[in-house]
Amino acid sequence: MSTTTTDVQSHGGHGDHEHNPYHQHHFTTMEQQFDTSKLGMWLFIVTEILLFGGLFVGFGLMQHQYPREFIEAHEHLKQVIGGHLMPLYGSVNTIVLLISSWTMVMGVNAAQTNQQKKTVRFLVLTIILACVFLVIKYVEYSHKFHDGLLPGIFYAHQSEDLIKGTHGYATFFAFYFMMTGLHGIHVIVGIVLLSWLAIRAKRGDFNSDYYTPIDLVGLYWHVVDMIWIYLFPLYYLIS
Amino acid sequence: MSTHTEPHAHHGGPKIYTANLFALLFLTIVTIAAASFNFGSANVVIALAIASVKATLVALFFMHLVWDKPVNAIIAIAGFLFLGIFLMFDFLDVTSRVNYLPNNMPQMQNATPAPDTMNPLRTAPPRPLDPAPAAPAVQEEHK
Amino acid sequence: MEPAVTSGARIGDRPRPKKNYLNETKGFKSWALTVDHKRIGIMYLIGTLTAFLLGGIFALLVRLTLLTPAHKIFGMQVTAETYNRFFTLHGAVMVFLFIIPSIPGSLTNFVLPLMLGAKDVAFPRLNLASFYLWIVGAVMAISSMIIGAVDTGWTFYTPYSTTTSGTVTLMTAAVFVLGFSSIFTGLNFIATVHKLRAPGMGWFDMPLFVWGMYSTALIQILATPVLGITLVLLMLERVFQIGIFDSRIGGDPVLFQHFFWFYSHPAVYIMILPGMAIISELIPTFSRKTIFGYRAIAYASVSLALVSFIVWGHHMFVAGQSELATVVFSALTFLVAIPSGVKVFNWLTTMYQGNISLETPMLYAISFLMLFAIGGLTGIFLGTLSTDVHLTDTYFVVAHFHYVMMGSTVTAFIGGLYYWWPKMTGRMYNERWGQVTAVIWFIGFNATFLPQFILGSRGMPRRYYNYLDQFQPLHVFSTVGSWIIGLSLFMTAAVLLASLRKPADAPDNPWGGTTLEWQTSSPPITHNFEEQPVLEHEPYDYRPKAVTH
Repeated sequence: MSTTTTDVQSHGGHGDHEHNPYHQHHFTTMEQQFDTSKLGMWLFIVTEILLFGGLFVGFGLMQHQYPREFIEAHEHLKQVIGGHLMPLYGSVNTIVLLISSWTMVMGVNAAQTNQQKKTVRFLVLTIILACVFLVIKYVEYSHKFHDGLLPGIFYAHQSEDLIKGTHGYATFFAFYFMMTGLHGIHVIVGIVLLSWLAIRAKRGDFNSDYYTPIDLVGLYWHVVDMIWIYLFPLYYLIS
Repeated sequence: MSTHTEPHAHHGGPKIYTANLFALLFLTIVTIAAASFNFGSANVVIALAIASVKATLVALFFMHLVWDKPVNAIIAIAGFLFLGIFLMFDFLDVTSRVNYLPNNMPQMQNATPAPDTMNPLRTAPPRPLDPAPAAPAVQEEHK
Repeated sequence: MEPAVTSGARIGDRPRPKKNYLNETKGFKSWALTVDHKRIGIMYLIGTLTAFLLGGIFALLVRLTLLTPAHKIFGMQVTAETYNRFFTLHGAVMVFLFIIPSIPGSLTNFVLPLMLGAKDVAFPRLNLASFYLWIVGAVMAISSMIIGAVDTGWTFYTPYSTTTSGTVTLMTAAVFVLGFSSIFTGLNFIATVHKLRAPGMGWFDMPLFVWGMYSTALIQILATPVLGITLVLLMLERVFQIGIFDSRIGGDPVLFQHFFWFYSHPAVYIMILPGMAIISELIPTFSRKTIFGYRAIAYASVSLALVSFIVWGHHMFVAGQSELATVVFSALTFLVAIPSGVKVFNWLTTMYQGNISLETPMLYAISFLMLFAIGGLTGIFLGTLSTDVHLTDTYFVVAHFHYVMMGSTVTAFIGGLYYWWPKMTGRMYNERWGQVTAVIWFIGFNATFLPQFILGSRGMPRRYYNYLDQFQPLHVFSTVGSWIIGLSLFMTAAVLLASLRKPADAPDNPWGGTTLEWQTSSPPITHNFEEQPVLEHEPYDYRPKAVTH
């Protein structure tokens, strides 16, 4: 029933090491703080998995309900290259995001090993690749708008194959815009976060003792990549 | 208790990350190529399987799960597991639905009347359902 | 140092600190920008109890309408639309603004770090953000009520919810925001339990309250995002007619129900697990006896959270799912009763041959045991496919869920409020009047909801504003019961608020509890403990001191 006191490690207690300015006082050590932040980030990632996952489930069930319309609609996500229908934009975007995941983790690694200039460089590279992704997305979307392949009540496509009259096509494009749109919003948020990180990295905020924000945004960015890894085959490769 | 330098800094490293990137790019080419062949309904399965391998590589190496404490990996797996539960039960429902037709639809009028399951010994044929059954406790504008 | 008595110290033997978390800093900003979990807990308490009052007013309006089959209140006609709004807003406010956020946000926020011997939760700023999200969601929800109100039922079933006029979009957006408040709270608690336990406190040394809240947090993380996406899809269906839920444009209304209940069934365990967590504290304390089956209760809490995810289809037996799905869900529903049963028997066994004292919190705890037994058992009747076909959408369902949500969770919440009131405020309430409120609560609650089981099994449908004449006596009985509930709650508020006029001189440990929150002052200092506590004994150790260690 009684409690005793311990040797209070109120400020890290790392011998002659200075008190880290980022050390929050309800944590005993920086390591505990870092581990807890990562745990919290993984918990948040689970919520993202379930949020997006719900859309995947809805898409899958609607595909089951309208198999023919969905498969036909998929063709409109491809582009004609040399006489063949190829998922060019989708494939390029996939590669762009994979490389951006690589630049991201290289940036984290650079911060961990006290290489400030490299950290900034890799963060900026990640931002550039993310912007390339958005540009390609913009091109894709403008083609859809031009063709009237829009969600729900806006569906206005006129060509012979996907005629209005069955609901499957409008629903397909509703899901297409919802899922790629929500993913795109996450990319934009990622660009904002990465820019903030790049500014802080340039200022010298990060080093081998403290790089938590980069690590956490890195985890977020990899989730954005992972979602696209699943989106890509389901939308662009089914035929 | 803890050492000054973070142990995580010694895990991973540019070589592993670069190797992982090449693996991911290779798998991307594989999945694009596989999509151009027609395996029927197996196409979706193959595509999702390759995507899952790619996602696992991202999670294990880029997201450091291989070197982290196991609790992070357990959390990640739990997320996918429960999503899988949601998907599985929904598909169970949607794929096992049977369309029942009420026995007063026009196309059924020439067919044999459905068996009267409430009173199987009744000899009289069941009368058609009233269009507006006179139920006692009806709310006027209840939706 | 401590007297060798079988109960813990009942009188604080340390000098009372002059500064505590309430008076150390003053002013609006010091509360509005606080990251102290205790202050955030108090703010949540005030907010959610206000929501409880609002939801209660709607409940009284519903019961007033049902006094006669003529759906009039004081001679004024209640239209069907108005009645639909009454029960929708009652349900939505109670579920999303009160019962889901209340115990986690208020009592748990306050007590959990103390019980773990920690200085705060893992992410204090996120904690404040959770609270502000609750405020934003509450403002949005109330705005939607004022602008046009929702009449779909709290379940927002399609296609009515996608086509009706009324501020469905604003209300669903409000619930979306409230969902994130809930997610962030759960995230915080999981991280806190994993990483901020005191030295010497392993997983099986934690109080069972923490196990219960950890299980709740698991559900908050895993289930709430699916509600989020459901609401987004609902809003898009309303605005853009994407064709997922409305059969007229190619959708499947049953799909909405799958999406909705995948969250909302685990959500009811977000509601009951915190109540059970409180009971796991009250019973051993007021029985002066070690809890029976500590590990069983701990495992039961987690398994209840996990199993709750595979039974949601029992809300949809007659909705249009496949027969196979209904049979599977019904069979799985029987599983989910097992952990609850384990807990009830362990609590009872704890009381057996204990040194029981009937202070106010214990009276509420004993009420819980009786009311939860009824609520849980009637849940099994509803989970049984064949009986549910007759009972679904009747007052039997209404009675069942009020027995578990109100008879169990709210009962436990009030008991916990009385229990931790001296710790939170430093004041003891008037014990005799507290006991009176508990008795009136028990009488009023049963008077309101026991007749509803009978009404339901005899055919009274739910959400109807008129009925056959033969149902009137039971409806009148139930409405009078609702007034008795109101009286009890009003008295509870009076008892607790009256205590605030006294000076803050409550002892550190008025109840003789064994958990760590009783080892610090009442109210606690801002940093919770003067020195880092180290756990040296098993949980709920009521053995005489001479025998320990």
